[in-house]
Amino acid sequence: MPLRESASVLEVNAPPYAPEWSGWLAEIGFLPGERVQLLGRAVPGGDPLVVRVGDSTFALRVAEAACVQVQPLQVAER
Amino acid sequence: MNEAVVHIHRGGPLLALVGNPNCGKTALFNRLTGSRQKVGNYAGVTVERKEGQFSSPAGRALRLLDLPGAYSLNPRSPDESVTVDVLRGNARGEKRPDLVVCVVDATQLRRNLRLVLAVKRLGLPCVVALNMADLAEKRGIVVDAEALGRELGLTVVRTVAVRPDGTDALRELLDQPEVWHYQRLPGDVRDLAPEVDPRGDHAAVHGILDRLGLAEVAPHLASDRIDRVVLHPLVGPLLLALILFLVFQAVFAWAEAPMGWIEAATAAAGEAVAAQLPQGLLRSFLVDGLIAGLGGVLVFLPQIVILFFFILLLEESGYLPRAAFLLDRIMGSVGLSGRSFIPLLSSFACAIPGIMAARTIANPRDRLVTILIAPLMTCSARLPVYALLISAFVPQREVWGGVELQGLVLFGLYLAGIVTAMAVAWLLKLLTAGRQVRTLMMELPSYHWPQARNIAIGLWQRVKIFLRRVGGIILVLTVALWALASFPAPPEGATGPAVAYSLAGTLGRALALLFEPIGFNWQISIALVPGLAAREVAVSALATVYALSATGDDAAGVLAPLLAQDWSLATALSLLAWFVAAPMCLSTLAAIKRETGSWKMAGIAAAYLTALAYALAFVTYRVALALGGG
Repeated sequence: MPLRESASVLEVNAPPYAPEWSGWLAEIGFLPGERVQLLGRAVPGGDPLVVRVGDSTFALRVAEAACVQVQPLQVAER
Repeated sequence: MNEAVVHIHRGGPLLALVGNPNCGKTALFNRLTGSRQKVGNYAGVTVERKEGQFSSPAGRALRLLDLPGAYSLNPRSPDESVTVDVLRGNARGEKRPDLVVCVVDATQLRRNLRLVLAVKRLGLPCVVALNMADLAEKRGIVVDAEALGRELGLTVVRTVAVRPDGTDALRELLDQPEVWHYQRLPGDVRDLAPEVDPRGDHAAVHGILDRLGLAEVAPHLASDRIDRVVLHPLVGPLLLALILFLVFQAVFAWAEAPMGWIEAATAAAGEAVAAQLPQGLLRSFLVDGLIAGLGGVLVFLPQIVILFFFILLLEESGYLPRAAFLLDRIMGSVGLSGRSFIPLLSSFACAIPGIMAARTIANPRDRLVTILIAPLMTCSARLPVYALLISAFVPQREVWGGVELQGLVLFGLYLAGIVTAMAVAWLLKLLTAGRQVRTLMMELPSYHWPQARNIAIGLWQRVKIFLRRVGGIILVLTVALWALASFPAPPEGATGPAVAYSLAGTLGRALALLFEPIGFNWQISIALVPGLAAREVAVSALATVYALSATGDDAAGVLAPLLAQDWSLATALSLLAWFVAAPMCLSTLAAIKRETGSWKMAGIAAAYLTALAYALAFVTYRVALALGGG
C-alpha cells in the first residue's frame, strides 16, 4: 500500500499464530468500510508503520497490518 | 507506588469515569476533584486506583472513580479487566457505580462511541461527557451535543477539561435527579448489540455519525505536521536522543540550588538540636542517626521531582508513544517491543511503577523480560549514590559547549544501565524467545499542550509516594543502622573511630572479605547492607558510618571530600559499576513478586542482579587498577 493514499478496510484476517489479533484490530477501529491511510514507516527496516484508521493514529507492525485487507479509494473521493 | 489497598466508603453516591485511553479522562478527573484524590490499588490486583471527591453546584457530596482506560469491554489487559469488573459490579471490595460518566474525545467519536454503547448496555445510569469539544471545533468537527444525546438516548454535555469552567455543565447535570436513573436505549441501537462482535456497534455508530453530518474523516493537520518531524527516519531518533540528554542535564543542573538549601537546612537542624542537648546517646541518635540520615535522602528529592516532571511532560504532550515507536526496532532486536519502552522509562524514576506499568504488555514473555530488566534502568534511588561519587571524584569543569563533565559521566552511567539491560534481554531472547508473536498496536494520540495543573497533580502524587518511603522503610533502616553503628560502644581508651568497634564494624569487616576483590572497604560493605533494602539508603548509611567515624557532627556537607580523600578512584568506579546493576531494593522485589505471582521470579531477579553487579564491579576495578587508578 503506497504512502499517504487512502483505502478502505475490506476485512481483517488474523494469522493462525495470533488469532486474538482480529478482535484487537477491530476494537481499535479496523472494521469493514473504515478508511485507512499509511502515514509513515520506521527506519531501519520499514517496520513498524504509522497508520491512520478512522480518526485515530496507531503504530502497527508490518505483520499486524498485513492482517487487514484493504481496497484502494479514488484520490478524488477525498 | 506500593501503597496498601485503600477502601473509602464515605458517604455520597459513586460516579465512575469510563473512556478510551487518551480521551482526556484523567485531565477531567483532575479538573473535577483537584487535589482531593486518593491513589491506591484495587483489591487483589496492582492496578492503580484513583478516587476523588467533589460536590455538585447544589452542594451534594460525590465520589468519583477514575477507571483505567479501555478500548472495549472485552478486556485484553489486567487494567481493562478492572474497568469491566467494576462496571459489572464484580470487583472485589468495590461498590458498583451509581452513575457512569462516559468520557468521549470529540475528535475521535468514531472509536469512542462504540464503548459508550457497550457501557450503556450494562444497564447502569449513564451520561456522556463530550470532551475536547474545543479541539474538535478547531478541526472543523462541530458536534451537536443535544442531537448526539437523542441518538444515544443519553444526556450529553460538553466538557473542556483544560479550562476552569469546562466542567460546569457536567456538575450542573449531576443535580438533575433524572440522570441518576437508567435511560432506555433507542430501538435501533438496542438491536445491534452483540457483545462479542464489535461490528454491530460499528454500524450503529456509523448511522449516528451519518445523521449528525460527522461521517467525513477530518484531517489532523497540526499533529501530522509535528509527526512528520518527530517520526522522521533521521531527525526523529536524533531528537529523541537530544531530549533524553537534555532531561538528564537538567536533572543535574537545576537540582543544584534546592539541594544546597536542603543540605543547609539539615546541617542547621542538626546544629540546633545539638545545641539543645547534652553530649550523649540521645544527641548522637537524633543528630547522627535521624537528622543526618533523613537529610541525606531528602536532598535528592529535587532531582526526583525534576525527572518526574519531564516524564510527565512527555507523557502529557503525547510524545512518549512516539518514542516507543522510534525504539520499537531496537527493542525488537533484543526480543522486546516498543511497548516495553514506557515501563522502562518509568523505571528511570523508580522500578516499582515501571514494573507495574509492564501490565500494558500483552505478551507474557515480553512482560516478564521487561520486569526482569526494569531494575537495571537507573532509578532515582541510585542518583544519590551516583551524585555523591561523581561530585567526589569527577572534577567540575566544562568539556565543550557548556556540557559539564559531571553530567557527561552521569549520562554514561545511565547508558551503561541501558546497555546492560539490552544485553540481558538479548540473552533471554536467545534462551526463551523461540517462535514468538509480539503485538504492538499502539495508539499515537494527537499532541496536546501539557497542562500545568495535571503535571502539578501528578508530580505531587509521586512526591508523596517518595516521602512515604522516606518516612517508612528508609527511616527505619537508617535508625537501625545508627544502632548497629553505635553498639557496642568502644572500650575505654580506644583510639580508632567508634564505629570500628560496633556490630556494624564487625559485620562490615566480614563482608569486606567478600567484597575485597572488587575494591570495597569495610565502610562501603556496611553501607551496602541497608542499601540492599533500598538503594538510596546506602548514601545515608555512608553518611552515618563516616559521620560517626569522623570527629565533626555535620554529615551531609563533608561526605564528598571525605570520600575523595579516603577512596581510590578504582574503588569509586567499582562502586559506580556495582550500582549500575545494583541488586534491587526489597520493595522492587516485592513488586516483582506481586506482579508475577511468585517468589521464584523475585528470587531469580535478585540472584542474577547480584551476580551481574559483582561481575561488573570486578571487571571495572581490575581494569581501573591496571590503568593506574589505584
